[in-house]
Amino acid sequence: METGAAGPTGTAGAAEAAGAEAAGAEGPIRATGESGPPDWVGLPPGLLRLRRLLLVLFLGPLALVVDIPLAVFAGPVWAAFAALPLAGIVWGWRMTGRNWRSWRYAERADDLLISRGVLWREETIVPYGRMQLVEVTSGPLERKYGLASLQLHTAAAATDATIPGLAPAEAERLRDRLTELGEARSAGL
Amino acid sequence: MTAADAPEDAREDVRKDARKDAREDPRKDVREQRLHPVTPLRRAWAPIAVLLGWAVHDMDQAQRQLAHLTGATLAIGLGVLVPTAALYGFLTWWFTHFAVTDTELRIRTGLFFRRTAHIRLDRLQAVDITQPLLARIIGVAKLKLDVVGTDKKDELAFLGEGDARALRAELLARAAGFAPESVRDVGEAPARELLRTPPRTLAVALLLTGAPWALLCAALVVPTLLWMATHNLWTVIATAVPMVGAAFTNSAGRYIKEYDWTVGESPDGLRIDHGLLDRVHETVPPGRVQTVRFVQPLLWRRPGWVRVELHVAGSANSVLAPVAPRAHAEDVVARILPGVSVPKTAEFTPVPRRGRWCVPVWWRGYGVAVTDTVFAARQGLLERSIALVPHAKVQSVRLTQGPWERCWRVAALRLDTGANTTVTARLRDAGEAAELLRAQADRSRTGRRDAPPDRWMA
Repeated sequence: METGAAGPTGTAGAAEAAGAEAAGAEGPIRATGESGPPDWVGLPPGLLRLRRLLLVLFLGPLALVVDIPLAVFAGPVWAAFAALPLAGIVWGWRMTGRNWRSWRYAERADDLLISRGVLWREETIVPYGRMQLVEVTSGPLERKYGLASLQLHTAAAATDATIPGLAPAEAERLRDRLTELGEARSAGL
Repeated sequence: MTAADAPEDAREDVRKDARKDAREDPRKDVREQRLHPVTPLRRAWAPIAVLLGWAVHDMDQAQRQLAHLTGATLAIGLGVLVPTAALYGFLTWWFTHFAVTDTELRIRTGLFFRRTAHIRLDRLQAVDITQPLLARIIGVAKLKLDVVGTDKKDELAFLGEGDARALRAELLARAAGFAPESVRDVGEAPARELLRTPPRTLAVALLLTGAPWALLCAALVVPTLLWMATHNLWTVIATAVPMVGAAFTNSAGRYIKEYDWTVGESPDGLRIDHGLLDRVHETVPPGRVQTVRFVQPLLWRRPGWVRVELHVAGSANSVLAPVAPRAHAEDVVARILPGVSVPKTAEFTPVPRRGRWCVPVWWRGYGVAVTDTVFAARQGLLERSIALVPHAKVQSVRLTQGPWERCWRVAALRLDTGANTTVTARLRDAGEAAELLRAQADRSRTGRRDAPPDRWMA
């Protein structure tokens, strides 16, 4: 299954990477003007690759575990049940792609915008002055894939402003910039 | 959300040191004080309560044990227990100190595990003086500072009544930014009464509320049914006691707690005093109120009464007035949040008609109004409520939309504030919501500019 899955992962990942690079090309020009639509920046493809790999690693063996005993003990017709996890992989593959594409953020002159979600959409605006703490976290798997998450905290615990799957350098740049802007515009409670 | 989710900076306000040898180096001008000498007695009832609880829980066992009890064992038991408890109480009292510096209140406590809490006065959200009934008889009071991140341990219990008032005045004067030399002479700021709830109005208002009646009915009906079904006395008692308790706290308990509710205004901020048996005196400095909410149960509409709630970061109390005439309540709110007027019902923009597919019937209750100073959201049909949040108090703005909502092109706008409350405007037209989101972010950013400073007298 490893070899079977590796091909699609590689090609699809490369395709997504190319798409993201094309999108990222206009990223560096980040105008900070208030007027006009915000300059959205998408996520690098690492997160998508990691999520798809996890999906395949989880559902692929499940298909085998379901399939082999059924084929041996209940007859080959029953082995069709293995299609369920496989269908899950295909569905999950598309869903992770859609979800990954929906994540984007924009730095404006005075606030940070985060937009995400396909079915359940959420758009958050956090003024820099309200930022109490900026956190960069990176778990073992994320580190392996060169990813880091950025989380903003305000005095309201309900504020849920997280950007997952950033490149570590970008996460650190954002953290430093946000901290700096936050200090300059600090407003407290 | 739990306290652990509280933002890091807020936690930094109360810098705690649980290390064993975090010995403070008290500066010469810092006067360390101890609590009132009756403090060790405050937990004296605990062992008795434990014994009583055990006896009630297991009656047969308790009776048997009592029969076995001889004079000698009793004497030995008391001879060991009482001095140990007394020594523990004395030592905790002896090792608890507090001191007021120019910028902080420091509380140093702990016999084996030392704990030092430094509470920054410029981040002060409210000061409470509480007097439980017994404490009132003895003439002592608890003093608690509400700062984001403080917990139960950071209250000063107990202080002499006069000392507590003097300390409150001093803390408020320091927090307000008076010169350090003059704080002790500033004294109590004079208060002007804004609102007082007559006991009769409170009683009538409580009788016109649904919850106490519903609970009372439940407390009568459920145990009766249970008795008919099981004929087991213990089951009936086990269900009846909590239900009667709930009915009591919701009716008589609320009356006792909200009796003689007085709201006053002073240069130190808002003063809220209430309680029949336990007296509570709360002071909220200017500019600390994050959200205000008007609630009007169905039967209060005819007399035109409302309940007003206010949310202050880190404060447990959330009631500004348990019952007040609406016009009067609006005047009070206008004094607390300067320049704010509560939008009239006609000023609220209703939700689009297709909202009825997302929230049947109740969709009519939703509405939004934005003025120069506040964002207001209305909801409810039978029990109406209006939530107000000043633009300057908004921490973040969110727009959320589920699949069914997108189908009908509506979205919800959520404004998060520092008191861990979220004001939600549901069922807005999607385009309007997106516009509101951008506009609100701008208003919240600029709204802070002309807000008064944290040190309001400086």
